[in-house]
Amino acid sequence: MSGNHEAVVRDPLILGKKTYHQMTEDICRPVEGKANKYWWISFFIAFAAMLWGFTCLAYTIGNGIGTWGANKTVGWAWDITNFVWWIGIGHAGTLISAILLLFRQRWRMSINRSAEAMTIFAVICAGLFPLFHTGRPWLDYWMLPLPNQFGSLWVNFNSPLLWDVFAISTYFSVSLVFWYLGLLPDLATVRDRCVTPTKRFIYGILSFGWKGTARDWHRFEEVSLVLAGLSTPLVLSVHTIVSFDFATSIVPGWHTTIFPPYFVAGAIFSGFAMVLTLMIVARKVLNLEEYISLQHIELMNKIIILTGSIVGIAYITEFFMAWYSGVQYESYAFMNRAFGPYWWAYWSMMTCNVITPQLFWFKKIRTSVMATFIISIFVNIGMWFERFVIIVTSLHRDFLPSSWVMYSPTYIEVGIFVGTIGLFFTCFLIFSRVFPVIALAELKTIIKKTGNQYKKKGI
Amino acid sequence: MRGKNISGLKDHQDPKMEKKYWKGVEELQNDAEFVRLKNNEFYENLPLDEVIGKKAEESNLTPRRDFLKFLGFGVAAASLAACEAPVRKTIPYLIRPEQIVPGIANYYASTYFDGYDYASLLVKTREGRPIKIEGNPLSSVTKGKVSARVQASVLSLYDNARLRGPMMNGNAAPWTNIDKAITDKLTAIAAAGGKIRILSSTVISPSTLKVIEDFSKKYPTTKHIQYDAISCSAMIQANKESFGVSVLPTYSFNKANVIVAFDCDFLLNWISPVEYASQYAETRKLNSGRKEMSKHYQFESALSLTGSNADVRTGIKPSQQLSYIIALHNAIASKAGAKSAGSATADGKVIEKLAEELWSNKGKSLVVCGINDASAQKLVNSINSMLGNYGSTIDLDNASNLRKGNDADLAMLLDEADKGEVAALFFYNCNPVYTLPNGEAFAKSMNRIDLSVSFADRPDETASVCKFICPDNHPLESWSDAEPRKGVYSTGQPTISPLFDTRQMQESLLAWAGTPAVFHDYMAANWKAWAPEATWDKIIQDGVYEKTASSPSSYSFNADVSGISESKAAGAIEVVVYEKAGVGNGAQANNPWLQELPDPVSKITWDNYLAVSPKDAREKGWRQGNIVTVKTAKAAVNVPVLIQPGQTPGSVSIALGYGRTKAGKTADNIGWNAYPLVSMVNGLLSYSATAEILKTADEDYVFAATQSHHTMMGRAIVKETSLEEYKKNPNAGNEEELFEVKVGKEISKKPANEVTLWDEHELGNHHWGMSIDLNSCIGCGACVVACTAENNVPMVGKDEVMRSREMHWMRIDRYYSSDFDPKEGEKGDVKLMENPSDMPRVVFQPVMCQHCNHAPCETVCPVIATSHSSEGLNQMIYNRCVGTRYCANNCPYKVRRFNWFRYSDNPKFDYNMNNDLGKMVLNPDVVVRSRGVMEKCSMCVQRIQETKLNAKKAGRKIKDGEFNVACAQTCPTNAITFGDYNIPDSKINQMWKPKERSYHLLEELNVQPNVFYQTKVRNIEESREA
Repeated sequence: MSGNHEAVVRDPLILGKKTYHQMTEDICRPVEGKANKYWWISFFIAFAAMLWGFTCLAYTIGNGIGTWGANKTVGWAWDITNFVWWIGIGHAGTLISAILLLFRQRWRMSINRSAEAMTIFAVICAGLFPLFHTGRPWLDYWMLPLPNQFGSLWVNFNSPLLWDVFAISTYFSVSLVFWYLGLLPDLATVRDRCVTPTKRFIYGILSFGWKGTARDWHRFEEVSLVLAGLSTPLVLSVHTIVSFDFATSIVPGWHTTIFPPYFVAGAIFSGFAMVLTLMIVARKVLNLEEYISLQHIELMNKIIILTGSIVGIAYITEFFMAWYSGVQYESYAFMNRAFGPYWWAYWSMMTCNVITPQLFWFKKIRTSVMATFIISIFVNIGMWFERFVIIVTSLHRDFLPSSWVMYSPTYIEVGIFVGTIGLFFTCFLIFSRVFPVIALAELKTIIKKTGNQYKKKGI
Repeated sequence: MRGKNISGLKDHQDPKMEKKYWKGVEELQNDAEFVRLKNNEFYENLPLDEVIGKKAEESNLTPRRDFLKFLGFGVAAASLAACEAPVRKTIPYLIRPEQIVPGIANYYASTYFDGYDYASLLVKTREGRPIKIEGNPLSSVTKGKVSARVQASVLSLYDNARLRGPMMNGNAAPWTNIDKAITDKLTAIAAAGGKIRILSSTVISPSTLKVIEDFSKKYPTTKHIQYDAISCSAMIQANKESFGVSVLPTYSFNKANVIVAFDCDFLLNWISPVEYASQYAETRKLNSGRKEMSKHYQFESALSLTGSNADVRTGIKPSQQLSYIIALHNAIASKAGAKSAGSATADGKVIEKLAEELWSNKGKSLVVCGINDASAQKLVNSINSMLGNYGSTIDLDNASNLRKGNDADLAMLLDEADKGEVAALFFYNCNPVYTLPNGEAFAKSMNRIDLSVSFADRPDETASVCKFICPDNHPLESWSDAEPRKGVYSTGQPTISPLFDTRQMQESLLAWAGTPAVFHDYMAANWKAWAPEATWDKIIQDGVYEKTASSPSSYSFNADVSGISESKAAGAIEVVVYEKAGVGNGAQANNPWLQELPDPVSKITWDNYLAVSPKDAREKGWRQGNIVTVKTAKAAVNVPVLIQPGQTPGSVSIALGYGRTKAGKTADNIGWNAYPLVSMVNGLLSYSATAEILKTADEDYVFAATQSHHTMMGRAIVKETSLEEYKKNPNAGNEEELFEVKVGKEISKKPANEVTLWDEHELGNHHWGMSIDLNSCIGCGACVVACTAENNVPMVGKDEVMRSREMHWMRIDRYYSSDFDPKEGEKGDVKLMENPSDMPRVVFQPVMCQHCNHAPCETVCPVIATSHSSEGLNQMIYNRCVGTRYCANNCPYKVRRFNWFRYSDNPKFDYNMNNDLGKMVLNPDVVVRSRGVMEKCSMCVQRIQETKLNAKKAGRKIKDGEFNVACAQTCPTNAITFGDYNIPDSKINQMWKPKERSYHLLEELNVQPNVFYQTKVRNIEESREA
């Protein structure tokens, strides 16, 4: 029937002609087997870093924020830089689990579980900074609109920091629920395969008594869709609100209307870079190369080109607007970013965020695991510098030159940052040994093979 | 109840015939039920079973709830015990002392003079503690104004380094033993005819002089020598030679249209700076009615505060000073037809023009000279005499007493001490081992003095080598009188009884003279004789006693100056020493408020340094922070380099008062001692010398500066114009900026404050505001210390200032002009604007919280810890603050200060808030902020509240000017005006309404501050465009 149009058959997302059983075996192996040497080494390093970070944090709480490098002019520095960076990193998970779900992007199924876990760990790391960067962290609960005995005292709904409180806590709770919901069928699978009663008991509780009936599945799908619907605006709103911390202020270099889209694009950009960094290692270490294939990597790289370019255009637009507005404070703020004392931070940002991702236009680079890994690291660094540039170089020279100062971090705040990286990896490493890192149940829905092979055989 | 026979019942008594008491009729009747119950303590069993017994276990009636109750109580009790706040004992008055009402301040008139700074005071005391120094407005000398150093002296009272009692040979000893030992020695010395010497700084107290006289009568070999570390001896000598009177004149800067100063920092350190500054400012006030101001020329080497304020400043090296004075003298002499002095090389153009202006302002001009050189002073006398200034701006009849040091006497004493001829030496208000050029040699010669006694309040450099230390009371613990100017007296009364076992120096001397007396009685007796018409109580209450000044007569100059010619050989590099606003001559160096007060010009705290000109630094390859050795003929000092714009090339300068070794924890080993660079030239102490500078270390010594960027970057922050422009247009330099606004299709131009998204705050009865006249502000920093004292501002130390974390609520910004103007800057490299000129113009701008009506800080605080009051104040609620620091980030003026650490009771910040003694200075009306909260200027809200309450009690409205904020109150130049916009004709409205010079800082942001500034006007001809 030569007149019939036959759609081009897409490459399979899962390589290796897996059967359902093979998949279950592959993905449950890290949970059921023993950890290898690499896992233990990584865990030890991450755990040590985390402990060091907590020590620094305890020292800060004991002595005061003065143990950091901030001063009368630069009130926020590494703390909020790290906060925004971590929050940004979380965004890839939400995008993958929510928006890509709604757009029926099946390739997301290989990576969404880890990406969502990453979101949760990143938000935990991020949350530490605003919680502990306050002068009196034991009073942080005053930022919640709690009925109280202090008379008519209430929170200030005009303050972007309060919006942050709501945005981040909503984000965290929705992400956590969504992630855990997705885990239920897989936890049930692990439960069913358990050989020891303790394990079976624990996974039994964790899987909330999942039976795999049609009703279970029906409800599962419905709730997933609802949560995806809830998460989708969060992808845009959380970082928009974080950007309001800066955009609604009057500091030259912060007070910019471009911030919300620019921050969201930047967040997804950095989030995907972190997903790539982690997945490239994880697929190797956990033997999941057939599940997270080059195709996945290439698709993610394409998102990186897109978001990286948006970020690049945003940088250039900011510069243009600084000049075009004719506001001397703003023009100076941007000249100072590029040519002032923190020029190295600005140019690190430009190189890492604008130039390196453009290399992905070459198919060869985009499909090279090594090149992707290196560039993803560059993007992570670049995005950290972006936040540093926005926060520190805008603050350190604002309106009155008499107050212009320099800022440099102390080892305490560097320690806390290193500690959050340790915390993140500790959590992720534990996660990779406790939960299936790939959404097994979901993935099983897409391994159905095409009939092509039979066609060729002429049956 | 006593048992009673109930009728019908027979007696029921036991065999011993004692009375029996029954519990009731039942017992009497031996009721069976009663007998059974009698054995139980309670009528019914307590329901204990239900709670703890077996029954409780069986039933579930109450235990769960009770358990929870017990648990709750237990936890609460345990945690309450754990959170117990530290106990601070307050002891209430059992019998309330008369005059003291807890919570209400008492003010006592007093006097401060430490041989260096003079002020007539009102001391604010709370519950018996002096906590704040304010000026006595009755004084015609200081007129209610107080300098930074005198403001800070209240903290020196509570200095932990003070001696607790007298010392004999390094050990504590009771006064009786000391008195006996000293009297014995004195008697022996007097019998042997040994020389007894009292070395003091200037003494202006007539009663003290009388005490010394009495002492000398008893011991006739006594001689009193007055010595000022920073001496004006040459002036006294020159006046003697010129006019036959050995006095310092009293100046009237306010009567001068042209003021010329040669190396004379008269606004900050010279003789009576507060007096001069307020007179000077009078000539600089401009308003709708007054459009003339004085013109100020300054010739100097280092960039002094006075030089920074000059209209025309000429940088000259110390060796050129005499040349310029001669040149000016000759230029004037040629106009006056008088004899000229020797020839001199000087910049003829400047001198010619200056002579022209002086001549046209004859009798309304003033030439002053701060050089301790008799020739220079004689020439200046001659110039003033030719200009007819004696009798108008200079008054020799009502002479000033504030510097009486005689260098010749000092030289003689040093010679005697060197030869070992001095048998007894007393040190009062002076520290020669530290302040003498050859202090170490002097310390050695003291070994040979039989009896050496110091009255210092601490074992300082001199006292520690004395055999006896007999600590004097702090001025605030003493009775005192003073005669700062002939016929003008002020008195001091103790504001607290002596904190330690100290004794007034006068009482000590009287005791040793064999006529022990209470100094109060001694003084009262004197005053009865001196001022018979006035009552003692009235004098003490007012704190001043002033006779009507005789009108000054003009003096004819009769010294020969024709022989004076340039003599000093010019060196390649010349070093000049000067004093800083805070530490001054170093006597109060152990005062953290003064150490942390930024130098008005360099903005550096906690250090001195060698200021070098940018030109020399470029040529010689010195970088900031390099350590160099300054070598003069007799001494060498190692000191780090500071590149100081405005320093005359070829000269370097270094501040005195640092490098103390025995002043106390705060001051010891801070900075470098520059006194060895002072030398004795022609019998006079000379404060400049030829020097050689050798770079010894390439290291980068870091200074703790509160300002690290020095130019305005082409921004209209301090608005400035010339007098000529201002006369043409009172808005000059302050033209209204309009912004294009499009509403619908209509485009209009509006000022920033009319373009707003915000609703106005509703204002109540008051609307507080402040005006700062940049034309009056000289940048001296008195306000900064006053604010520190009033508001319990913590000191943070050098390290923290280096991290830009100073806590001062108000700061004085200082900007240098740059050679690149904004227009050029836009074309060229913006960075060029960051470089100040080599010889810049300087502007000062006090900045504190601007109390914005549309405050950016208020909107961003998540917990509303900063809010707007109904009186226009931006309030900080410390209790509510969690410390996000968002408000500080969003403050365009960067006036918010964060408590990075706990600054009180923290050994890392070992200043006055870390010890119980130092804490006595704290103002009980202002809370000491805890760690982690934001703070800032509150416009002295405690004073506002106090005044409001007083007015309310009296049932009246607050009058304009009824009270003042601490900064405005102390400002010697009245640059700061505080008031209420809601009073229609208030002073602040009069300043704001004409809208001539007044402007809001960063007006374009439309934050609508309640503080406004007034344009600075320079008396220069060149227009702004030129």
